[in-house]
Amino acid sequence: MAAGVSTLHGETSYRYRKFKSDSMMAITVGATIVTLIPLFLVLGYLLTKGVASLNWAFFTHMPAPVGEPGGGMANAIVGTLEVVGIACLIGVPMGVGAGLYLAANRASQFTNWVRFSADVLMGVPSIVVGIFAYAVIVRPFGGFSTIAGSVALAAIMITLITRTTEEMVLLVPPELREASLALGVPHWRTTLSVVARTALSGIATGVILAVARVSGETAPLLFTAFGNRFWSTSLFHPINTLTVQVYTYAISPFADWQRQAWAGALVLTGIILALELGVRWVTGGAAKAPR
Amino acid sequence: MGDGRGGESAKVAMAEKLVVKNLNAYFHKNRALHDVSLSFEQDRIAAIIGPSGCGKSTLVRCLNRMHEVVPGATASGEVLLDGNNIYDDGVDPVQVRRRIGMVFQKPTPFPTMSIEDNVAAGLTLNGVQISRAERNQVVERSLRQAALWEEVKDRLRRPGGSLSGGQQQRLCVARALAVQPEVLLMDEPCSALDPISTARIEELLLELKSAYTIVIVTHNMQQAARCSDMTAFMYTGDLVEYGETKQIFTNPTRRETEDYITGRFG
Repeated sequence: MAAGVSTLHGETSYRYRKFKSDSMMAITVGATIVTLIPLFLVLGYLLTKGVASLNWAFFTHMPAPVGEPGGGMANAIVGTLEVVGIACLIGVPMGVGAGLYLAANRASQFTNWVRFSADVLMGVPSIVVGIFAYAVIVRPFGGFSTIAGSVALAAIMITLITRTTEEMVLLVPPELREASLALGVPHWRTTLSVVARTALSGIATGVILAVARVSGETAPLLFTAFGNRFWSTSLFHPINTLTVQVYTYAISPFADWQRQAWAGALVLTGIILALELGVRWVTGGAAKAPR
Repeated sequence: MGDGRGGESAKVAMAEKLVVKNLNAYFHKNRALHDVSLSFEQDRIAAIIGPSGCGKSTLVRCLNRMHEVVPGATASGEVLLDGNNIYDDGVDPVQVRRRIGMVFQKPTPFPTMSIEDNVAAGLTLNGVQISRAERNQVVERSLRQAALWEEVKDRLRRPGGSLSGGQQQRLCVARALAVQPEVLLMDEPCSALDPISTARIEELLLELKSAYTIVIVTHNMQQAARCSDMTAFMYTGDLVEYGETKQIFTNPTRRETEDYITGRFG
């Protein structure tokens, strides 16, 4: 190959281009490594600190009273799952539905506004969403509650899921949609059973990213779910969550609390990772083995 | 084989199945078809030829109201299916498309479905309730009609995308046949296929001809000459000439047709 090139353009030209190619390759590989370094540092530090602090009591015990060592975050683990779970119940159907709508009606003025609003809302700091939920739910209903926290998180999820769903649906070849319509399948059924079904693993990835993002949110929960040192799963009372508990413990002066904050951070990361692998497995499996 | 359809209309030989009257098609303000009028007869294959962008695809897409699926695309005029205008107010395009099936240029098996689910898709997606046994029958009959059964009968549960391009296109034919349409529209069904797969599709057309009215758009003049009974030549949105294939290819009445067929342009 090089011989063929050299007869046409001369040996130097080929060497020069080879050199350019190799140096660009080296630069991009270098950039990738630099990008990965913080990721591994954070994960590695979290693992070493967190694993040392984890014990069985952490999962099964309630937070210990101030000054008393030991205890755990059982209520915060359940609380996080509950708050995020309810946020999903609200946010996933709305986000996916809105995304499908945006993708199906690309050109209208209305969808342009919806898309623009979603983009703007995505950039709104999460603490602002928290204050909003405080104003419209916590104040009128007279207190911090699980449901207020879930609504705040759902508001963040909806914009993220709407946009990723739209993008994923647009990746489905328009020919598939036409093929379905040409079989006499109604528009709505085509959108759900062919277009959305084909984009399912992409949509699921978007949902997971949104779940991962809100699971790590602390600011909106400070005003809404608030935190609770006691066991509560009620929708209408304050509830403890891992992020708020980690925040409280991490800034405390007690070494034992700081230790537990590391454990909490590790558990939170573990929950998100497990969720991610789980959904990936489920949707990946569904795409291969039909019904 | 291929007698999936009710018999009474088939008795009337050479009946006009699909009649197009003064059809105009638009993309926004752009007029893509100019007053096209022609008719397609029962149990015959009609080919539509012409250079790129002449409106061949637009014409067939108007025949089952797929044209209007594209944003900004509209059509006016009449298309009569057994004497009933499919563009009448109150006609549901969904019902039209169940009677007039279509195969596209690129093979489009549904990637999330297995081979058998692809074939049955027109039934399941339309909510038709059928037993497992009936479903298997439909799948086998359609795949046999599409000359694909022997190749896939042992792997019906594999994804539709696992087949070769030519097999995928025959799968799409089977999928279109499974809903038992009366008319089959084919929009350059062989343009993405190799010569062997093309030959199989053409054989298939000749076999299906006794049971379906077939309209095929093709870039390939030899293909039109080989497998069609009637040929329409289109140029810049006009129907230039329509007649028996033999006559169009040996003794065209219009100068443009002759120029195109002899390879002077296009």
